[in-house]
Amino acid sequence: MRSRPTTLLATAGLIGAVALAACTPGSNADNKPAASATGQVTTDASKLGTVTLTVWDQEVRGGQADQIQELNKEFQAKYPNITLKRVTRSFDDLKTTLKLALSGNQPPDVFQANNGRPDMGSFVQAGQLVPLDRYAEAYKWTDRYPEAVRKYSSYSTDGKTFGTGTLYGLPQVGEVVGIYVNTAKLKAAGVNEPKTWADFEASLATLKAKGELPLVLGNLDKWPAIHVFGTVQAQNVQPDAIRTLGFGQKGGSWKTPENAKAAQTLVDWVNKGYLSKDVNGQGYDPAWQAFSKGTGVYLIAGTWLQADLGKAMGDKVTFMLPPSASGTPAATGGTGIPWAVSSKSKHPDAAAAYINFITSPNAMAVLAKNDNLPIADTAEQEATGPLGKAVFEAFGTAVQKNALVPYLDYATPTMADTLGASLQDLLAKKATPEQFLDTVEKDYSGFVSSNG
Amino acid sequence: MAQRKSAGPPGEPRRVAYLYLLPAFLVYAAFLLYPLVRSIQISLYDWNGNTLATWAGLDNYAEVVTDPALRSSFGHALVLVFFYAVLPLVIGLGLASILNRARVRGLAFFRTVIFLPQVVAMVVIGVAWRRMYAPDGSVNDLLRAVGLDSLARGWLGDYAAALPAVGFIGTWFEIGLVTVLLLAGMGQISGELYEAARLDGAGPVREFFAVTLPSVRGEMAVALTLTVIAALRTFDLVYITTRGGPGLSTSVPSFEVYNRAFQQGRVGSAAAVAVVLTLIIFLISVGITRVADRDSR
Repeated sequence: MRSRPTTLLATAGLIGAVALAACTPGSNADNKPAASATGQVTTDASKLGTVTLTVWDQEVRGGQADQIQELNKEFQAKYPNITLKRVTRSFDDLKTTLKLALSGNQPPDVFQANNGRPDMGSFVQAGQLVPLDRYAEAYKWTDRYPEAVRKYSSYSTDGKTFGTGTLYGLPQVGEVVGIYVNTAKLKAAGVNEPKTWADFEASLATLKAKGELPLVLGNLDKWPAIHVFGTVQAQNVQPDAIRTLGFGQKGGSWKTPENAKAAQTLVDWVNKGYLSKDVNGQGYDPAWQAFSKGTGVYLIAGTWLQADLGKAMGDKVTFMLPPSASGTPAATGGTGIPWAVSSKSKHPDAAAAYINFITSPNAMAVLAKNDNLPIADTAEQEATGPLGKAVFEAFGTAVQKNALVPYLDYATPTMADTLGASLQDLLAKKATPEQFLDTVEKDYSGFVSSNG
Repeated sequence: MAQRKSAGPPGEPRRVAYLYLLPAFLVYAAFLLYPLVRSIQISLYDWNGNTLATWAGLDNYAEVVTDPALRSSFGHALVLVFFYAVLPLVIGLGLASILNRARVRGLAFFRTVIFLPQVVAMVVIGVAWRRMYAPDGSVNDLLRAVGLDSLARGWLGDYAAALPAVGFIGTWFEIGLVTVLLLAGMGQISGELYEAARLDGAGPVREFFAVTLPSVRGEMAVALTLTVIAALRTFDLVYITTRGGPGLSTSVPSFEVYNRAFQQGRVGSAAAVAVVLTLIIFLISVGITRVADRDSR
């Protein structure tokens, strides 16, 4: 009986804890918007009185940090009545803390919310974001940001449909996955820059025959192959079909001959030795670093590597959109993390004025100057080097020709994991193209049917 | 006065004693019991961490049992137990008895070297080993240097090799802790026991099994408990080195908890995995201490 009082005390404690925990998770979140979503928008920020805006962003690295610091300084100089309280976090930290902050009582006024369903989608669902359509109209964002770009931060008002509906965020920078080419090696092998997808595949064979490694890929981190598959898929499947799958909208299917052909192409590339050996054992960073030092001829990767590769390789590297099979280009791409406004913010007009300022034509020039890829007015910007110029041109073309198709892992909350793991299986030939498509289709259709 | 109170123990009455315990208990309740109960509660809901949760009953637990991917992640954790706990214990016993018997000069130096991995943060260890396991990393360089080219591979990307490769990092990490613990235990064994064994004609091997092993049973239990728990809750190593890949071949429960809660927005399911993992760890540790206790009596 020695332990009885202890048991008693523990029981008492447990009962107390249960009582404390009794309410349903999420029931304490009070999401009534503080400001009405209608009425006249004040676009002149200097007339908004004395305001303090709390801003949470993840622009902490290199050129990203430089551009936002410069723009914040300009904003403060122009609107001394608005004080910015900036809080910086790394991408991962922002992602994990934002959810809690938004359900609390004092969320930041302006913040960067990741496009995907687990983030922006769930915030919209909880009514935590201000719909930006009124501001888009007042500030004429719709003129400068084409629909192909606005899609990426648009949701239905219930947060269930992604890629269409109301605008909830505005990004500063763009991204597109294309092909980096080691021009010196290509020339040495006597191959011209491929203009069509058939040219590209033929050049892989030629390069392999000459003893070069045609295509660099490091897929230990699981996600890099998603971009390579997306690139191949975009040359085989209609862009609108990919958009339906990528945004997780109703009515699509992975089990089509075109998708099977895309998956089979990857397997063929492995069989013919076009990809790095030990593709799943090589990290993403070591892989592109090796490319920058002269390993391999092609690297399928996003525009985010532009600054690093440009610095390392100078004029021996260029960037192109995937040469298209049909004549109309199609490439995986999207936006940087969009800026959004909390529905509990007491100063939504000031918050929108800030977002307008950091996405204005002037801001796009500041972005370009600091080695970022401005998402709007891209063609008019001055790039910092030859590679930068190629990247700006490629992105400008992609937006202009409506060539962007979404990242495939946007589709469902679990798709990044499903696709990442099953692509590793596919590349290691642990799964056949059929099995691969079955796995991905199961994730997609399961989500679509439960999403309603 | 004292005589009238003789029924109870000396000093203040028991009720007052509980009052002394109260502050510590409150801290314990606020930071341990409350989160634990709250996790159990969340595990019964379908919750994205943001909007109002919906009651799910035991669905999340059913998923833990039926989802083959989740089940296999628990299997991987058990494989890691072998690498984190069993292997270091066997190697540690050997190392400790050698160090103990040999009375080498500079024992403190060797002890420090063996213990060193414990001092380094797991994240750093993960990054370093990831580089060594790379297709052009030092592990493969070493294999090629001694002519074992056929064994060289991208260790973390190989379906058969990835889990043992991650586990081996754990072995390397835990050997130091186990050895130092056992060495301390062996240092306390009375020399007379060995003397008696030798008089009875026992050799070094016999000595080890008859005297050393039974005497360090307590230390072995402590070492096993610590390393088994470390194995079961492995997160950082997998997060840094493989992210559960290739395919799902190195995914472990703790990584699934993180993934579900913070990446996929499935907090209820994450809590269910966490609760099951907590239960398993609890049962195994109780089992180990029970066995050690019973045998030492």
